[in-house]
Amino acid sequence: MAFTFDDPALWLPVVFAGLMGLSILVYVVLDGFDLGIGILAPLGTDAERDRMVASIGPFWDANETWLVMAIGLLLVAFPTAHGAILTALYLPVALMLVGLILRGVAFEFRVKAPAPNQPLWNTAFFAGSLLTSLSQGFMLGLYIMGLEWTSATVAFATLTAVCTAAGYGFIGACWLVIKTEGDLQRKAVRWCKLALGGVLAGFVAISMATPMVSARVFDKWFSVPEVILLAPLPIAALLITIGVAWTLRRLPHATDRYRHVPFVGGAGLFGLAFLGLAYSFYPYVVPEQLTIYEAASAPESLMIILVGVLVVMPMIAGYTVLSYVIFRGKARELTYD
Amino acid sequence: METLILSRIQFGANISFHILFPTITIALGWMLLFFKLRFNWTGDERWMEVYRFFVKVFALTFALGVVSGITMSFQFGTNWPGFMERVGNIAGPLLAYEILTAFFLEAVFLGIMLFGFRRVPGWLHTLSTFLVAFGTTMSAFWILVLNSWMHTPAGFEMIDGVAHATDWMAIIFNPSMPYRLVHMLIASGLTVSFLIAGLSAFRILVGDAKSSTRLSLKTGVIVAAILMPFQILAGDLHGLNTLEHQPAKVAAMEGNWETDTRVPLLLFGLPDEEARENRYAFGIPGGASLILKHDLDGEIPGLNDFVAEDGTVLHPPVAPVFWSFRVMVGVGMAMLAVSWGVAFLMRRQGTRDLNPWVLRSLVAMTFSGWVATLAGWYTTEIGRQPWLVQGVLSTADAVADVPAPMVLSTLLVYLAVYVGLTAAYVSVLFYLARKSAQATTERAPELKVGRTVGQLSPAE
Ligand code: HDD
Ligand code: HEM
Ligand code: HEM
Repeated sequence: MAFTFDDPALWLPVVFAGLMGLSILVYVVLDGFDLGIGILAPLGTDAERDRMVASIGPFWDANETWLVMAIGLLLVAFPTAHGAILTALYLPVALMLVGLILRGVAFEFRVKAPAPNQPLWNTAFFAGSLLTSLSQGFMLGLYIMGLEWTSATVAFATLTAVCTAAGYGFIGACWLVIKTEGDLQRKAVRWCKLALGGVLAGFVAISMATPMVSARVFDKWFSVPEVILLAPLPIAALLITIGVAWTLRRLPHATDRYRHVPFVGGAGLFGLAFLGLAYSFYPYVVPEQLTIYEAASAPESLMIILVGVLVVMPMIAGYTVLSYVIFRGKARELTYD
Repeated sequence: METLILSRIQFGANISFHILFPTITIALGWMLLFFKLRFNWTGDERWMEVYRFFVKVFALTFALGVVSGITMSFQFGTNWPGFMERVGNIAGPLLAYEILTAFFLEAVFLGIMLFGFRRVPGWLHTLSTFLVAFGTTMSAFWILVLNSWMHTPAGFEMIDGVAHATDWMAIIFNPSMPYRLVHMLIASGLTVSFLIAGLSAFRILVGDAKSSTRLSLKTGVIVAAILMPFQILAGDLHGLNTLEHQPAKVAAMEGNWETDTRVPLLLFGLPDEEARENRYAFGIPGGASLILKHDLDGEIPGLNDFVAEDGTVLHPPVAPVFWSFRVMVGVGMAMLAVSWGVAFLMRRQGTRDLNPWVLRSLVAMTFSGWVATLAGWYTTEIGRQPWLVQGVLSTADAVADVPAPMVLSTLLVYLAVYVGLTAAYVSVLFYLARKSAQATTERAPELKVGRTVGQLSPAE
């Protein structure tokens, strides 16, 4: 397609698809570690659990906002697709919302409720995080399967659900490796190693399944120049995995060096997987049904939003970094004063 | 049809649950800033004690507001796909600006405001408190712009059944927006002042003798007493504006069937849509004409004007609008009586030794703001039916064709979660109040010798 900037109806949908993709990726990495810590929470002792929650306390709300951003962009930029996708995913969306509600309120209730009820809210924290992760993975699987509900697609979606939960557990454990010390850090390294297997299984499953479902996707990957041009993607993923696995064997380091490596590597893996999926599905926003061009809102409206995004995004990035800088270092007990 | 009614109930349940919490966070953010600034300026430690108690309330409320808000942002896609398809070009940018200018701001600075007290300089902490309050207000601004536009659409043209923006200023400052924004922000202020007064009164009743508790009681009562007359004024102007743009809604609010002059202000009545009349009605003669036209002989539109030749009813269901309106105004009058009465008593005899019954009446009013706010929204929203966007898109045209059982099952799950969480929220607030009252009474002797300032207390 000839690409010119003269006709905003041509490039605006691509820009918005890119922004939406970016928001989803940022969400998956950032809220991924929050949710992962929720899934891992029952594995720690009471004191460790408090520390685990403290490591995400100041961040989770902003992290979750990226989901609102992603869904908001889908809603405002591709209204028809938004309706089609969300009505097809009606049940998993509802389950995810219940999960997000439980997880979010449990942050507060688990410390504010009367002591006898606190274990209940700790359970809600775990169950909410798990339910959210599973539903998100399930939706990913169904989306890859073209939003069809058959026993085969549901089986595949169940597999991606489990792998997504493992993936979140992995990135959550990576976050703990950065933010904790002592026993808890050692445990976190062990959790990392265990969850890495699940992540890999998920990658392999998705990489094999996506081309199977659609001949179009198959051709995009396995016709001749493409298969060579795209080779760096799987190779990079493999190298990162090896690097992370190798580092994990040496963690925790006596001087706490390399503590960032697993998290950065994990984020890299998520990014690569995401690139692969984006490549497979482009230009479709509803797989095999609706392209981003067909689904896009009126260019005037998109333009207004784009201006806002360009002005405000750097500010959001700025104060997000500010908050990570303020709360850098090992997680400490959360206090209001 | 079944999906339609279930989706409406589901949307109504979700937004009703959601609005409970923003109503509190919007004004409580500003109250916290007020407490913080009073402390900064006077150095009076009591303001910080008040701040510390209500920041817990704020954190809990905010968490509930966020998670229920996330649900809201999915509701458009899951239940009302027609909404975004038809008016997405207008609604989209407004929602996007809400996310960009409000949600990230409040979410990031909330973390600093709650947990950063010891990590950042004092000014940055105060600034964070301000930005959180500002963020919640911005969020209210954008969403109310959208909601007002749905009531009084302006600044657009329809091309092939899809709305396209022609004038963003006209869209944002649509005719009902200023009234709705002011009325809602004051509603938030009233809700919070009664919450503060109610929780403080409860603490005094269970034995809290600290003077900071009396200080917050006084603050709550005075703010309520100041805001209430303004709310009546704002409500009156809002009604006049509605009469101009949505006469059918006003006719339903007044329960007026025939266009007439000297229409009475009904205090009671059972609107009967079958018989198209009110049963057991009594009211103040000419009252409605006086209020809405500021003239006893003013002409008020009647519901029968909004029935098509073929008998199709084009006005909203009457009884729910009629009754929610009366609940809102009734609670408003109770708020006026209580806030002025208690303020008067406090002026005469101070805040010490208030009669327990006075305190109990404040405790009873703790959540009165919720009742009035919900009733107000029901008046407004049900009064817009059968339209989703007045005159542009009907509710029936926007609904998703999701199987009814699916809507029903998720509705039941949501309802169970909401009932449980609302109960947990209310009981935890009173638990926190009781606990802080006991902590202060136990610590009271030690207070004489030393300061309790700056002690670390976990973020409960
Ligand atoms: C008058 C106020 C008001 C109204 C009518 C609404 N909201 Fe709301 N909303 C807020 C005022 C607010 C707030 C005060 O800004 C909240 C409450 C607590 C919070 O975190 O922000 C919020 C939170 C909130 C969030 C979470 C933001 C975050 O992650 O920080 C979302 C996604 C929404 N809302 C979305 C909606 C939608 C789609 C609505 C309508 C259909 C809606 N809200 C009605
Ligand atoms: C915050 C307080 C609000 C409350 C308590 C509230 C309540 C309600 C209720 C009870 C209905 C159902 C009316 C009926 O079906 O008879 C409704 C309808 C609706 N409202 Fe609101 N509303 C609020 C704000 C908003 C806002 C801010 C928006 C959009 C931006 C909105 C969009 C809608 C839509 C799309 C419907 C149609 C669905 C329906 O008819 O049930 N509402 N609302
Ligand atoms: C007592 C005097 C009051 C009057 C005359 C009044 C009047 C009104 C009117 C006419 C409406 C409907 C607007 C429309 O047509 O859409 C309305 C809505 C509303 N009222 Fe009131 N009201 C009063 C008190 C209160 C109180 C005490 C509260 C809450 C604390 C409150 C909260 C609301 C809310 C949240 C809405 C819906 C949002 C809106 O449309 O502004 N009102 N009010």
